[in-house]
Amino acid sequence: MDLRAKLTILADAAKYDASCSSSGSRRKGDRNGLGNSEGIGICHSYTPDGRCVSLLKILFTNHCIYDCQYCINRVSSDTPRARFVPSEVVALTLDFYRRNYIEGLFLSSGVIRSADYTMEQMAEVARSLREDHGFRGYIHLKAVPGASPELIERAGLHADRLSANLELPTQPDLDRLAPDKQIVTVEQTMRHIHARREQAEEERRGSQRAPTFVPAGQTTQLIVGATASPDAAYLAAADRLYKNHGLRRVYYSAYSPIPRPDARLPAKSPPLWREHRLYQADWLMRHYGFSASELTTPDAPDLPLDHDPKLAWALRHRALFPLDLNTAAREALLRVPGLGVHSVDRILAARRVRPLRVDDLARLGASVRKVRPFVTALGPNPEAHTLDRVDLQARLVPARQLDLFAAPTPRVVTPDPAASRLLVPVPDALPGALPTAGPALGRLT
Amino acid sequence: MTQVVTVDGLPSFRAAARDLAARGVRPEDLIFRDAAAAQAFLPGLDGSAPAAPHAAGTSRAPDAPRAPDAPRAPDAPRVPRRFLDMAEHVACHRDPARWAHLYRVLYRLLHGEPRLLDDPADPDIRRLAQLDQQVRKDMHRMQAFVRFTRVETPDGERYLAWHRPDHRIAARVAPFFADRFGSMRWSILTPDEGVHWDGDTLRFGPGAPRAEHDVPADAELLDLWRAYYAAMFDPARVNLRKMRADMPLRYHATLPELRNVHDLVRDSSQRTQIMIAKHAAPAPTASDALPAQRTLPALRKAAASCRGCDLYRCATQVVFGEGPEDAQVMLVGEQPGDHEDLEGRPFVGPAGKLLDDALAAVGLDRGTLYVTNAVKHFKFERRGTRRLHARPTQPEIRACSTWLRAEVDVLHPRMILCLGASAAQSFQGPSFRLTASRGEVFDDTPWAPWWMATYHPSALLRMPDKDARAAATEAFHADLRKLAQDLGRR
Repeated sequence: MDLRAKLTILADAAKYDASCSSSGSRRKGDRNGLGNSEGIGICHSYTPDGRCVSLLKILFTNHCIYDCQYCINRVSSDTPRARFVPSEVVALTLDFYRRNYIEGLFLSSGVIRSADYTMEQMAEVARSLREDHGFRGYIHLKAVPGASPELIERAGLHADRLSANLELPTQPDLDRLAPDKQIVTVEQTMRHIHARREQAEEERRGSQRAPTFVPAGQTTQLIVGATASPDAAYLAAADRLYKNHGLRRVYYSAYSPIPRPDARLPAKSPPLWREHRLYQADWLMRHYGFSASELTTPDAPDLPLDHDPKLAWALRHRALFPLDLNTAAREALLRVPGLGVHSVDRILAARRVRPLRVDDLARLGASVRKVRPFVTALGPNPEAHTLDRVDLQARLVPARQLDLFAAPTPRVVTPDPAASRLLVPVPDALPGALPTAGPALGRLT
Repeated sequence: MTQVVTVDGLPSFRAAARDLAARGVRPEDLIFRDAAAAQAFLPGLDGSAPAAPHAAGTSRAPDAPRAPDAPRAPDAPRVPRRFLDMAEHVACHRDPARWAHLYRVLYRLLHGEPRLLDDPADPDIRRLAQLDQQVRKDMHRMQAFVRFTRVETPDGERYLAWHRPDHRIAARVAPFFADRFGSMRWSILTPDEGVHWDGDTLRFGPGAPRAEHDVPADAELLDLWRAYYAAMFDPARVNLRKMRADMPLRYHATLPELRNVHDLVRDSSQRTQIMIAKHAAPAPTASDALPAQRTLPALRKAAASCRGCDLYRCATQVVFGEGPEDAQVMLVGEQPGDHEDLEGRPFVGPAGKLLDDALAAVGLDRGTLYVTNAVKHFKFERRGTRRLHARPTQPEIRACSTWLRAEVDVLHPRMILCLGASAAQSFQGPSFRLTASRGEVFDDTPWAPWWMATYHPSALLRMPDKDARAAATEAFHADLRKLAQDLGRR
């Protein structure tokens, strides 16, 4: 099989992994080598589905011994199979990189023979890029759950990021669709990476020459809509992973109908709105001080689709509003619908100079229509009286026919990914690979 | 009294503005004229420009392109560092009013409003921030959208690119490329200027109004890149608005991967519909037959109606596990054989006899153990009147693992001993290798605190080589001894 045919099969098979971020790692250029990493990844192109092309995202092979029903590469699928040799992946990465097509490599793989054998192949690609070719661009490797600590060690010394995919939020979900996959095995791998990273950071506090280990951290992915689990289960799983294993990101991937799917799965367009709301809720947990349990209720374990989770929370807690823009604490302002992290920080800066009026909100980058009912400021704000109206939600949520299968356009809580990517110099505080930039479903491993 | 100031770059603006602001000249009394607007401005060639952003010829990279500051008077006005950072970007903007904006903010900073920059709602600050952002975004896009083509020249390979930025940013972005592609020799041309890197030094020269189409292209790599781009895209999620927001149309001409994008999009909805239409009616799974009540008798009864795989079609009956509900040890075999299929009980044939003897030899009573199989139906091939054992496939093992897990959940065994690779794989997945892990005790597994895999008795019976059989039988007995010992210890 020629290289082009392999690339087509193995890129097609890799596209269901949502992660495309190349952020979080810094590496200066080197006259003898190739490339650098500047902390904030660059999207070099965008596909017609609006997703960013930042890395050469391919599978090493799509042969697989597992039979995860949501995955196009499962053993029982009749998809065409291909396999690279390590030198081909190395050459493709370098050639694409030299032409400024990509930031680096995201290598994943179906599991062949065993977790260890597969991990060893991927680690060899990373080693060759770094040691044989002085490659200083970004490398993201898939950590095969259950791979031995020695191989994770080898991979982690060369990779900027490792990710072990959980794919489904609960063990019963996995038992149904991915019977070979155990949450404990995946989390064991995550735990190991986390511990090893902390050790490396400790060593680097002692000496800057100490080797890094997965400097851009680890991530994982959850597939949305392939099983009946409600959003609360996804948020609980994400919360656990952030707290226990120090994950940098959890990616949510709307289940996409894949060619030759398994009959156990729902046949419909991917639930993009639901994916979008989960990203918003995830953002609220990581940057807005919300806990997972605040975002859904036992009676409504799913996030509302027609308005964002922060507005939903505020409508349930109207007694806490209105807030005074000129005196409220940062944590409280972050909970006002329509105020993002940037607007809040601008409000805090601006109000030290002079007292703010409601009219100032627009100039501070906030959504005035949405914020108005929840705040007071210098001067009158007639909208503050609407806070207790029964129809407040209807007044705030545009009465349009919500096409649940149309792709959402990012608005309100989550800032525009492309713009904030440029403005926030904090790696991974950016919605780099955010909602609509985020792709479809899941893969193996 | 209105005064006209001609500016041809940030250093000359800084020199002039510092002086004007110190003298208290008000912004409304000044008109800033852009030298670049008056004459064809070719940075690096125009040696007469006293303070061009990168005066004539060369500058050492990659720490270019800021020119050294003019000597600073001891009483020179102090402005916040942030303002200078913004000014560096704003100076590259094409807006002719940029110098006036900069001066107005500078004047206000120095005349009674030192904290002006902290008020993002101020109209002047807002406008300046917009210009700053537009330039930074443009720089970021240049880093993203420059596409090099490799060409062979008499003195080695070179990488060439043409890019049209919105603002005059090529010199500011050049150090990024010098750092990233330090070992390559490359040139980036823009309509305003050209940037060249020879592996050591950045040089600036004239630009080119448009891309040269007669550059012999890097055909093979372009083809691979286009193939990659087409394969990356998920037809179920087309969102052209998002694509164009991040990658405006004006860049498309120089992005080789976009050449066939219309074909990709045209076929996408059709491809999605085909995918959805291919969907068949749901196939039954083993979990469809699981009873609401989880007890061993209920499971045994429900298993008879399982349609999770096709083995039920040929087998006589389900052979479910048996043993006391309070058993501490669970033995798991592969699947029932000929005898078991007819009798409906596990391990009653020749293999069962061997197992019973081996258990007795280490002092274990089979009646105290729970004995079951990974696959609960007999799978066979007919040879005349005989039914020969056939190995279950992974999907069959997997389908039946639902029942095995249910048995484990009811029993909560303290120890699980798997007999054979199929049984072990039912727990550990298809990557489990009996040859590598036989006899190894796995502690604190999700299924039991003690878990081990050993040979299946039938495998011992079938081994043709006498020595191998003796060794395997010895190992089998050793594993059972280990089981008995550890059971006694707990």
